[in-house]
Amino acid sequence: MNDKLVEKEKQKITSAKKMRDIMTTYYIDAMSAKENNKLVAWITSGGPVEPLIAMDIIPVYPENHGAMIGSSKMGEDLCMKAEDMGYSNDLCSYARTDISCAIVKGGPIGGLPEPDMLICCNNICGTVLKWYEIQARFFNVPLFIFDTPVCHTEFSPEIAKYVRTQIDEYIAFLEKVTKKSFDHDKMAEVGKISYQGQLLWQKVLNTTANRPSPMTAFDAFFFLALIVTLRGTMIAVDFYKELLLEMKERIKNGISIVPNEKYRLLWDNLPIWYQLKWLSSKFSDHDACLVADTYTSAWCSSLKYIDENDFLNSIAEGYTRIYLNIGVDQMADQVIEMIKFYNIDGFVMHSNRSCKPYSFGQLDIKRIVESKANIPVLMIEADMTDPRAFSQSQVETRIDAFMEIINQGK
Amino acid sequence: MQELKIFHEAIQNPGSVALKMKEKKRKTIGYLCSYAPEELIYAAGFHPMRLFSSKAEINLAESHLQAYCCSLVRGILEDSLSGKLDYLDGTVFPHTCDSIQRLSDIWRIKTKYEFFADVIMPAKLNTQSAKNYMRDVLIKFTTDLEKACGEKITRSALKKSIAKFNLIKTNLKKLYELRSQNPGILKGADIHAIVKGSMIMDRDQLVELLPAIVSKVSDVSALDQGKRLVLSGSICDSPDIYDIIEQAGGVVVGDDLCTGQRWFDGKIPENEEPMEALTTRYFERIVCPAKHSSTIARGENIVKLAKQTEADGVIFIILKFCDPHGFDYPYMKEFLDKEGIKNILIEIDDHSLNSGQLSTRLETFMHMI
Ligand code: SF4
Ligand code: SF4
Repeated sequence: MNDKLVEKEKQKITSAKKMRDIMTTYYIDAMSAKENNKLVAWITSGGPVEPLIAMDIIPVYPENHGAMIGSSKMGEDLCMKAEDMGYSNDLCSYARTDISCAIVKGGPIGGLPEPDMLICCNNICGTVLKWYEIQARFFNVPLFIFDTPVCHTEFSPEIAKYVRTQIDEYIAFLEKVTKKSFDHDKMAEVGKISYQGQLLWQKVLNTTANRPSPMTAFDAFFFLALIVTLRGTMIAVDFYKELLLEMKERIKNGISIVPNEKYRLLWDNLPIWYQLKWLSSKFSDHDACLVADTYTSAWCSSLKYIDENDFLNSIAEGYTRIYLNIGVDQMADQVIEMIKFYNIDGFVMHSNRSCKPYSFGQLDIKRIVESKANIPVLMIEADMTDPRAFSQSQVETRIDAFMEIINQGK
Repeated sequence: MQELKIFHEAIQNPGSVALKMKEKKRKTIGYLCSYAPEELIYAAGFHPMRLFSSKAEINLAESHLQAYCCSLVRGILEDSLSGKLDYLDGTVFPHTCDSIQRLSDIWRIKTKYEFFADVIMPAKLNTQSAKNYMRDVLIKFTTDLEKACGEKITRSALKKSIAKFNLIKTNLKKLYELRSQNPGILKGADIHAIVKGSMIMDRDQLVELLPAIVSKVSDVSALDQGKRLVLSGSICDSPDIYDIIEQAGGVVVGDDLCTGQRWFDGKIPENEEPMEALTTRYFERIVCPAKHSSTIARGENIVKLAKQTEADGVIFIILKFCDPHGFDYPYMKEFLDKEGIKNILIEIDDHSLNSGQLSTRLETFMHMI
């Protein structure tokens, strides 16, 4: 091996392989749920999964599946199939790919295991409400809607009461579907584990505050899968413990993920799944490291509201006050905090035509950041899974120009 | 008809309506969606006015909302930023779709009207707890309004307001029924002006005007008929579309629009506790696709409506980039197809209506049915 290759090997994050294995096992388990007499629930990424784990129901995440479809570049085909079914190409591409996938059983794993129930929490968007209605009609299974009113400026007492009541309704729903009674002791345990997992995930993300950063947001996009899909299990806790150790090791040994990290960037909105590799090397060529993002931190950003010893009561607030379910001005405040914490030189915003709640308001956040944090902001037009909305040459020119501005400002 | 002129003038110039209201000591509060409880706004002594886009070219809104946002939301923001809505004293944002949700944020940060309120309605409308929450939200909104007007909204003021809006809405309903029996009594563009005007004009004036119109058109005898059509979608705010439909040989006999039947259907019981009655009405009305009552409510409703009105076909009119309607369209179409009810989708953009293409498509559709 020549020196360069040795250098490259050293830079690789070794936990990645383990993570892949865990995800494979998870999907195999989910696929064979029926044979093992287990029930499958489809649930939105921001939904309260812990009661499902406590009930031994296997949670499956269509959005994670959407990300897999995007990464394996199968998004365009599946989106077009949904369009043939009458769904406009202006609709969220996660929803489009999932809707057509349920019928054609396509995608990298031949479709998801069929659901026995659907759990839809609208704390991320109104799209999931429509999407889950469609799947409830298609699979003809019960649908539970966990309605988390948007907190434009506050988590009002009215909202608190309404959401708290729904937790009991959710449990009653699960008892009815499974014909089993809910085990509150088990729930308390799962709640603690979930809390622990989120805390560890936060710690992993925090390691990138180190200069040079031991990993990039691109890695975080990948490692995110566990806190989404296996939140509330020891698998996630154990894995993130290991990952955290590896990150600390890297920091100790001065191993950076971008060889000559000079600039530190913050990413906003969902990843552009089908272009991760290209984007990552593009920034790396400029000696820029995307050290953090507003997306992966959504799975621990409401930790401050959660009481691990009073889990069910506190998640009403925790699940309602997540990043996408608050006002644009509060979102901007969080961005500015991140800019300070991670020592950010530039902010890259993905204007994602699929995701309206994430993208509308971005232009205002951009101005707030420019004036308050005084750093350059780049806006890239794309879509997280549908490559037809992405122009590589255009984005390339814009990244080059943006890096030039950062360079001059330094 | 003399009365129609007033409506056409009002919808062309809502600002002049607001100014007249100011002379009557009623401040104007704009609202964004048909879930806005007008009855409360009026009872607090304000003038409720639904906001529509003036369809001016988008310039200022461009730096707040990307091009993939619906033209209604972008258009209204443009109007506000360019000062066209300076006559407003405040605005109310009921929670509807993701786009309006963010418009509310941008509006709260950028605009400077005296009064601002979010009315964060539940998204699901089929459980007792959601209904309780809806009531709580309406009570909270009442408090917000009381703070703004400096007085309590009395029970009797609310009762009177409810009666007034009931009268307006029942007359609109009657008008729709008369038209369905005898299409052609009024031009589509005129009905559009009447319905839109009813969300804009002085309600005290409307309670005089609407019954007069209803009684006038009741006397008109059969006029030319055409293919009977029902419209379904969010808003249909282009009078031109009605002209195009009529030129293509169609008559509109009913609608499932949020600026139509979805808004005025359903009377609020006047002998019940007013707050309770109000809650029930907003909870039980025909849902908008941004809300959930059951997975098939809107499909069943469009079939029922088409049958009731003996429609020959349904035209889906959907604003480009509208998520809630975009997601519902395929299944609603399927429900109609199953019943053998012909339907067509037209996607519109508030700012650019391609009339040539539209009339060709609609003419072909009329031949088919
Ligand atoms: S990408 Fe956005 S619109 Fe689509 S499901 Fe996720 S949050 Fe909702
Ligand atoms: S047309 Fe659709 S996207 Fe636009 S405001 Fe209405 S519901 Fe929202």
